[in-house]
Amino acid sequence: MVLGKVIGTIWATKKYSAVNNYKMQLVQPMNAELENIGEPIVVLDTVGAGPGEIVYYITSSEAVIPLEVDEAPVDASIVGIIDYVNIVADINKKNE
Amino acid sequence: MILGKIIGTVWSTRKEETLVGAKFLIVRQVNLKYEEKENFIVAVDSVGVGLGEIVLVAQGSSARQTTFTKNKPVDAVIMAKVDKLDITKV
Repeated sequence: MVLGKVIGTIWATKKYSAVNNYKMQLVQPMNAELENIGEPIVVLDTVGAGPGEIVYYITSSEAVIPLEVDEAPVDASIVGIIDYVNIVADINKKNE
Repeated sequence: MILGKIIGTVWSTRKEETLVGAKFLIVRQVNLKYEEKENFIVAVDSVGVGLGEIVLVAQGSSARQTTFTKNKPVDAVIMAKVDKLDITKV
C-alpha cells in the first residue's frame, strides 16, 4: 500500500467497459512524512476521495479486488482515506 | 495507470500465436502538461485509440484482465482515452 494525495481527476468517456462507473483520480505518491516521492499516477477511486485528501492505494493486479467487476485492466486503486499519520519514534536515531 | 501519448504502431507478423489480431501501439509516457518523456512502451490497444491521443495505460499482470488479453503474454494495455485532465492546485 502506498500513501498519496489526490491532486486531480481524469475524465475519459472512451474506456474499457469494466471501469465505467469508477472515478479516475490523479494521485501524487508520498512517504510517511507526507513528502512527495516519484511521479503522479492515475488511480481508480472506490471510496470517493476528494481533491487534496490523503489516501492510500494498492497497486498491481490486486487493484481489481475492490471493484465489483471480476476483471478490469486496473493497476492502482484507492482503498482508504487517511485521517491521521502517527510516526511513534525515529527508529534510525535509536541505533546510533 | 500512467498517462501516455500514442506515437506509433508496431506491426509484427511473426509473433506468439495468441497475439494474432492484437494492435500494438507505441506509447510515450507524458507528464501532467502532456510533455513527452524519454521512455516508451508498447501496449495492446483495448479501446480503439489513434495516433497522437493521450491515453491511460495499465501495466503488469493487470494488463491481462481484459477479454482480449486474458492468458496472453501482455504486460501493458491501453484502457482509456483521456478527454480532460483536471488538476486542482491544493
